[in-house]
Amino acid sequence: MKTSTGFEPSALASAHRKQTLGFGLLTLVSALTVLPILAIVVYIIIQGAGAISWEFLTAMPSHGMREGGIFPAIFGTLLLTLFTALFSVPLGVAAGVYLAEYAKDNTATRAIRIAIINLAGVPSVVYGLFGLGLFVIFLNLGTSILAASLTLSIMTLPIIISTTEEALRTVPYSFRVVSISLGATRWQAIWRVVLPQALPGILTGVILGLERAAGETAPILFTGAAFFLPNLPNSLLDSTMALPYHIFVISTQIPGMPVQIQYGTVLVLLVFVLGMNLIATLIRSRARAKRQW
Amino acid sequence: MRHASASERTDRRITWVIKAAGYSSIFFITLILIFLMREGLPALANVPLGDLFSTIWYPTEEYFGLLPLILGSLLVTIIATLVALPFGLCTAIFLSEVAPRWVREILKPLVEILAGLPSVVLGFIGILVLVPMLRRALGLATGLTAFTGAVLLGFIAIPTIVSIAEDALNSVPQGYRQAALAVGATRWQTIIGVTLPAARSGVLTAIMLGVGRALGETMAVMMVTGNAPVIPNLPAGIFLPVRTMTATIASEMGEVANGSEHYQVLFFIGIILFLFSLAINLTASWVSFRRAKRSERVLS
Repeated sequence: MKTSTGFEPSALASAHRKQTLGFGLLTLVSALTVLPILAIVVYIIIQGAGAISWEFLTAMPSHGMREGGIFPAIFGTLLLTLFTALFSVPLGVAAGVYLAEYAKDNTATRAIRIAIINLAGVPSVVYGLFGLGLFVIFLNLGTSILAASLTLSIMTLPIIISTTEEALRTVPYSFRVVSISLGATRWQAIWRVVLPQALPGILTGVILGLERAAGETAPILFTGAAFFLPNLPNSLLDSTMALPYHIFVISTQIPGMPVQIQYGTVLVLLVFVLGMNLIATLIRSRARAKRQW
Repeated sequence: MRHASASERTDRRITWVIKAAGYSSIFFITLILIFLMREGLPALANVPLGDLFSTIWYPTEEYFGLLPLILGSLLVTIIATLVALPFGLCTAIFLSEVAPRWVREILKPLVEILAGLPSVVLGFIGILVLVPMLRRALGLATGLTAFTGAVLLGFIAIPTIVSIAEDALNSVPQGYRQAALAVGATRWQTIIGVTLPAARSGVLTAIMLGVGRALGETMAVMMVTGNAPVIPNLPAGIFLPVRTMTATIASEMGEVANGSEHYQVLFFIGIILFLFSLAINLTASWVSFRRAKRSERVLS
């Protein structure tokens, strides 16, 4: 009886044919996955570029938002992103420091990690409900910039915590040992030595978290976003227009909306979000190139 | 006893602040559950349970049947997963095992861009490009269907699957591959026979989190599924409008009176979504925790 060892020329040839076929398939499917991403970005740029003008970026909307600019939406998204950062960055970085530098490997720490994983998985619209229940109604902030930013900042928290922890863990242990042996307290070692070394990594995570917050619609839907406002918000307790919600409004709620204004608005949000993405990528690659350990 | 110096006292105070921040995640996840229950559980007292699980969702006439919404979410999520799975896994395997470095350096940022695209932008592209395209290609009366939503959702879930599955593949020790190649396996046989099976729990985690991502997605799915709260009649119902749980909350919460029955039921849907995501994430972290333990055993 003849058994195959798998080393006969014919078996080897067939194994290699299979490999060529398999690799070809993987390449093809990957291309099919990635090309639409590129196509979407390019298509939005081509379709939207014509709408962009100084007036479009700086004027108030007019004629039921079918003409004029989108300044209040841009301004609102900047405000929301800024205040989200104000709440989530200090808390998130501190929590990341705790996990990387202080937490022992015990049940309590595991509970924190599970909580973070679950916070990251809560659907965005559920964050909206939570913000409505806690900030808008219970704490009586009303639908306001403050309520929306607080909601977004809790949603952003898990991203900032995880990336901060990861960035701190890449700093070699010896940095801490040397600092403390030179007479620094634990906090001095973290604040003056470890955190500065981890800063690029932390910054990357912060920007990616805020990028997500800037583009979210569902969490601000009932906590602070307004359909249309004739004036800019006067205080943090006013509601505001925001780019993502504005895109939803002009693409589904307003009949006869000029397509070019829709694409233009989408392009502005895209530039905002991808710009943040680009900055994060640049910080990361520059820090990698400069790193001495 | 020696008195603590000023810097040591500061150190202790800061340690407390940081510890409190560390525990904040537990505080917030509990707070979310408490406020969902506070606003949503009264629904159980005010709406008979039988009504909640009836088949008609028509809240202005006080029909609060959740079944069409739950089934709508499940239908869209399942098809989305079937769409996302082959694309996500193949891309992850390609990136981790096959692609030369320069290709990887181009593809990975592109997948990250997709992860960063706001769902409302993808919904917008869905309405203006995907909906008319599928309507023409499939000869449908409307392009706003469960299938359209699932295709878009599958696309949205791809980055989640790619990044976690790729991590899992990368964490398979290099020695596994070298051993397989050394006994004469081709690279393809190594991937199929060794690397992929070794990474299976990570791949499973990737799939589960992809499902979670699809289930919780709101804006994109609301914009392209047509929002008809009917029980999907399979298989034809795949190509008809449906309504998901997330879309129902997003589209109706703005118009209800605070504290009304309708308001409470919408929060109750929020509780269901929260519990779904909790179950998915707990299982996923349990799977990857077991993997960590097993690989410790293997490597020690």
